[in-house]
Amino acid sequence: MTLIHFAILLPVIAAVFIGVLYRYYKDVHLGWFVLPVPVLIVAYLFTLIPTVSSNQVIFESMQFMPRIGMNFDVYIDGLSLLFAILISGIGALVVLYSIGYLSHYEKLGNFYVYLLIFMTAMLGVVLNDNVLMLYLFWELTSISSFLLIAFWFNRERSIYGAQKSMLITMFGGFLMLGGFISLSLITDTFSIRGMMEQIPAIQENALAPLAIILILFGAFTKSAQFPFYVWLPDAMEAPTPVSAYLHSATMVKAGLYVVARFTPLFAFSELWVWAILLIGLVTLVWAAFNAVKQDDLKAVLAFSTVSQLGLIMSLLGIGALGVHSGASEQVFTIAVVAAVFHLINHATFKGALFMIIGIVDHETGTRSLKRLGGLMTIMPISFTMTVITSLSMAGIPPFNGFLSKELFLEAMFSISEADFSVLADVSVLFPILAIVGSIFTLVYSIILIRGIFLGKTQPETPKEPKEAPMLMLISPIVLTVLVIVFGLFPNILSGTIIDPAAMGILNTSEPLNTEISHWHGWDSPALWGTVAIVVIGALMYLFRNTWMPVYRFGNKIFTINNLYDQGLMYSRLGAEKITDGYMSGYIRSYLVYIFTGFAVLAVITMINTDMTFEWDTASAITIPEVAIMLIILAALIAILVTASRMVSIIMFSVIGFSLSLLFVFFRAVDLALTQLAVEAILTSLFLLAFFHLPKRARHEERKRFRLNNMIISVAVGATSIIFGIAAYSNRLFDSISQFYIDNVYDLASGGNMVNVILVDFRGMDTLFETLVFGLAGLGVFILLRLRVNRKGENEFEEHA
Amino acid sequence: MEILVIILAGILIGASVYLMLSKSLLRIIIGTGVLSHGILLMLLTMGGLKRGGIPVLDDSVQSYSDPLPQAMLLTVIVITFALTAYMLVIAIRVYKELGTDNVENMKGVPRDDD
Repeated sequence: MTLIHFAILLPVIAAVFIGVLYRYYKDVHLGWFVLPVPVLIVAYLFTLIPTVSSNQVIFESMQFMPRIGMNFDVYIDGLSLLFAILISGIGALVVLYSIGYLSHYEKLGNFYVYLLIFMTAMLGVVLNDNVLMLYLFWELTSISSFLLIAFWFNRERSIYGAQKSMLITMFGGFLMLGGFISLSLITDTFSIRGMMEQIPAIQENALAPLAIILILFGAFTKSAQFPFYVWLPDAMEAPTPVSAYLHSATMVKAGLYVVARFTPLFAFSELWVWAILLIGLVTLVWAAFNAVKQDDLKAVLAFSTVSQLGLIMSLLGIGALGVHSGASEQVFTIAVVAAVFHLINHATFKGALFMIIGIVDHETGTRSLKRLGGLMTIMPISFTMTVITSLSMAGIPPFNGFLSKELFLEAMFSISEADFSVLADVSVLFPILAIVGSIFTLVYSIILIRGIFLGKTQPETPKEPKEAPMLMLISPIVLTVLVIVFGLFPNILSGTIIDPAAMGILNTSEPLNTEISHWHGWDSPALWGTVAIVVIGALMYLFRNTWMPVYRFGNKIFTINNLYDQGLMYSRLGAEKITDGYMSGYIRSYLVYIFTGFAVLAVITMINTDMTFEWDTASAITIPEVAIMLIILAALIAILVTASRMVSIIMFSVIGFSLSLLFVFFRAVDLALTQLAVEAILTSLFLLAFFHLPKRARHEERKRFRLNNMIISVAVGATSIIFGIAAYSNRLFDSISQFYIDNVYDLASGGNMVNVILVDFRGMDTLFETLVFGLAGLGVFILLRLRVNRKGENEFEEHA
Repeated sequence: MEILVIILAGILIGASVYLMLSKSLLRIIIGTGVLSHGILLMLLTMGGLKRGGIPVLDDSVQSYSDPLPQAMLLTVIVITFALTAYMLVIAIRVYKELGTDNVENMKGVPRDDD
């Protein structure tokens, strides 16, 4: 347990205290007690920057379950540190913001406990070297996210959204665990660094594609990539601080982190490159396209987040290309730098945008674009921040989004240099897709600004709009200032954070010395790409009424949401149908399953084993015994065909008494005696019961013959006979009974061997047989005397 | 002889299955009784029949029947008896509470509390 382990676990430790203490301090908003936790962590993490930016890594081990190799190994390089700073830094801002956002009336204890658990989980994910621990924290993020989305648990939409995100991210998480396990089967270690040393072994192994697919499932579901993005718009039912924190800046980037972390391991694989590149681009375009049609502000931002995550994902894919085309490696390093840079930028502008929209929601009472408008003069600070962050999101200079989008376009244009599979032939497609996605991004950015702040003032907002209190404004202001600072001076980041992070992704120790410049010259294709985006985007916005109807096609039915809902419904209905199909509730059905199963298994065994039958060892057949057996058969037939219960009871005792006669012939005198006594008592019991059974003649009618029952019983009987004969014919060794016969007098001083075995050699059986008998007697007594009436009270009947 | 007894035991087992698949509780209980009879016979026969005298020590007897299956079956008989008696009482109780001895009608549909 070192300081860094303590830093990771600090939020959870704080959560315990908060959960206990919050009832006693009602006067102060609980968030103030929470705020120091992320502030302390981020301060501590900043002290690590010098170490990491001088290309050193920090590794601290803590044993957790050493036997299975599951250790809490903290590994900090540039990539981990970047994510950790984002998590704790934005965490601090979100806590500060939530103090203004959530009132005293909310369940603040729950909120902050969930949030702190989430913080630990995220830090654990990004700072871990052990994949099993990574998975543990990964699922903890899913669980705490589930709790946070369902924070207002009396709303149906919250529950729906929480369940959806839980199902989808857990699905991915389990698959990812499978990927980790297959990876550890290849490399025989759970440590990511240990795996890095065995890249050639992974390359050759046939399990590697499986591991790639499974891990990508986990990453894509968590990072809301196509087609798993459907949970994210529904997760917007969470309180806005949660949306800002989890669903824009941190949790959805966990998938990106995993992809970035495993890039050195898997970049050799074409599957990996293609999957990341294509899924990322499809997500980028599809989500940007869908963001334009949304009416709810948070839904716009949700789709925008999905689209930006797709952008970063595709950049990571291009970065992985660098492994394949050796010559132009430098070009693809740019993509990695762009990915890291855009990751930071997205966290700043999207966090700010969410907070601003939370403010708008908080101060006007609505998030619907139709009911908002003209708030510019009423909320000037929010307006300024929205303009800055939206333009940054759209990629307009001089904000930071411009720089990373420029790098993104540059990377997309340089894709034609890749010497990789069929990529060179279709390379023209990628810049086009990127530009189309960016155009839609611009359109919804404009809609965001225009829809809330410009235009006519809407008179009928639920609340009288006013500017938010300073408490809520601080956090978005900090993020907006960062947007501007990173936009104007990007190189303060490049040496300290971006380069070490990019080196972490590329797994090199050579310094990159990235310079992010604003100006690439007139011949830069990215410049003209940006110009095209701005011009076409502006035109599309102006003429939006002419093309917006395109969204009406297949609007309701052909959506992934619909697929998810129907899939969930039909899996439930299907399971219900199957269960209803075989769980009929009739004992007869279950007996049919059991007996049929017995017969089928018996037949299969018969076919698969060589059975031999011997007839010559049998003893001689004598007439009296055969006569008794015929009596038994006759009684049996009488039971089967009779309609009268009395007859069947009598015939049943005929079988019992004949059996005891048979025992006499078979030299089993004790058995015969017991059978005689038992049969006598049983017959009288049956006769006693007879008078308690229904008087009506309904059941006395002739039993209907059922062919199915007949077939099953013949099958069971026939297989029993065959097995009986086979078992009798194949005696493997002699009986141990000779021991009893030899020693019955010497050891136990008895002459009756059966009785000596019962009470001496094997007395334990007899003891518990007695217990069974006693318990049955007790049960009979209780059943006859005790009456539990419908109210659940016990009462003894006066007459039994 | 053994083969004949095994066949008889198999017939008893098969018939008990037929009885247990019927609707009436009484027939089901009789079916379990018949099943236990079949199994008794089957087990006894597995040890071999009439391979010697009654298993009581006697100087004039050279070989005895196998005493071990007999001892085991004695236990079986007693346990089966306890079980059958218990089932019978359950059947009576079920009939008194539900008013039927037809297992098809015992679907556990909750009655209205009155």
